[in-house]
Amino acid sequence: MGVAVIGASMTKFGQRDAWIRELLSQAGEECLTDAGVAPDDVEHLYVSNMASGEFEGQTGIMNLLAHDLGVLPAYSERVDQTSSSGGAGIYEAWQSVASGASEMTLLVGGEKMTHKTTGQATDIIASITHPDEYKHGVTLPSFAGMTARHYLERFDAPRESLARVAVKNHRNGVDNPKAQFQKEITMEKALESPIIADPLRLYDFCPITDGSAGLMFTTEERAKEITDEYALVSGIGGATDTHVVHERDDPTVMGGVVESSEQAYEMAGLGPDDLDVAELHDMFTILEFLQLEGIGVADQGTAWEMAMDGATAKDGELPINTSGGLKSKGHPLGASGVAQGVEIYEQLVGEAGPRQVEADTALACNVGGFGNCVITTIMEAAE
Amino acid sequence: MTLEAGMCSNGHVSYPTHPLCPECGEPQEETFDLADRTGEVVTWTHSTATPPGVREPNTLAIVEFDVTDIDDASDEFVRALGQVTTDEVETGDTVEPVYVEELRNPDAGIKVPESQDWDGYRWDPV
Repeated sequence: MGVAVIGASMTKFGQRDAWIRELLSQAGEECLTDAGVAPDDVEHLYVSNMASGEFEGQTGIMNLLAHDLGVLPAYSERVDQTSSSGGAGIYEAWQSVASGASEMTLLVGGEKMTHKTTGQATDIIASITHPDEYKHGVTLPSFAGMTARHYLERFDAPRESLARVAVKNHRNGVDNPKAQFQKEITMEKALESPIIADPLRLYDFCPITDGSAGLMFTTEERAKEITDEYALVSGIGGATDTHVVHERDDPTVMGGVVESSEQAYEMAGLGPDDLDVAELHDMFTILEFLQLEGIGVADQGTAWEMAMDGATAKDGELPINTSGGLKSKGHPLGASGVAQGVEIYEQLVGEAGPRQVEADTALACNVGGFGNCVITTIMEAAE
Repeated sequence: MTLEAGMCSNGHVSYPTHPLCPECGEPQEETFDLADRTGEVVTWTHSTATPPGVREPNTLAIVEFDVTDIDDASDEFVRALGQVTTDEVETGDTVEPVYVEELRNPDAGIKVPESQDWDGYRWDPV
């Protein structure tokens, strides 16, 4: 059964006074309105969130949101796949409609993080690691530092190529009123910012963020009755790599990206050459290279050249992260994958405003942990 | 305390150990200690934004141990992640594991202290 997206929403991302309940209900309500769907039409509700219990002490948030939105007695479930909880929510929502279990599925992703110190937030996120990694004080940024060093040394890539990713995504974020940072940065600023996990510096990392985003899914048949403007989920895949990061055969290959994108391409009957725009999980600048290579757009060890050539800029051959990416938009863990879906949906239905590019086929790749769990989604504009 | 690697009946080696081999799914029935070997630094970082209870900066490295001398091993090497004893380290350096009783303060982070070990090995450049 064809699965369509008929509505989207996104709260302002950034440092918000709102707690998880308010963030989720804001995105949920706006998504119902955008889709033109009444609450009691919703049959399944998925809430993507990594750690509301650890961050805020609030658990059971699928029930909380279902009640606040009046979607009772819809089936409801919280989806946790760490940083890829949002992508996993897209997978669950797609499954619910494709299987015939639900004719109208609302997905809302959200996270409230900024009330914690950077150290506390980093520790909550680092708790996803294996105990033998955690005891050494490893953090996700330190995995990124070690991987970036290996990539630059092995492929003789210039340090500047990473800074170009940051500069590009900050430039794109200027046109996104929902982004945490709507501010351009210079190469000098990126290259001279404080070291966080060398060779990576402050501007190689996404910020800590509060925010929420929503998507409404239904059958293609029902979508046609409701609206002229919808997108189809034509391919989706999900895969898991090793929990212990150093156990991977090649430190520069994210197996979950390779596997999930192969599944998505096969389902859609498409390949990397068919993409018009993509949202990649740039939690760290180096990840944009690893994903461009993992989804087959670039050969191993060459994605940095695309950054240097401007091929991934908004006016390049394959615009990457027109939303500003996690880098400037922010990364409220459970919301990020949903927000990637929001961006490609808006690009496909022509609602991206100043960020609009010409696009009939779009891909989103949402990475959990350090490539531990990955969801790749391909959407196409309705004919 | 050992730096214990696991091996399955097909000779696949991993650190840390797993109940079933990540490569082929056979039980890891054998273990051996990496602590008396030297390894080579594959990559490293100085992490400056460290969580509560972790030293700052925290220099970390992924190290590769040659295991071609292990009877029945079909893998040629096994890797391990760990803290480095010094901030002066480079890719390709030879290091040896040195035992440390507490790698970070177990009471400062989000994890329940009793849920896991906190001792282990740091890499010391030879």
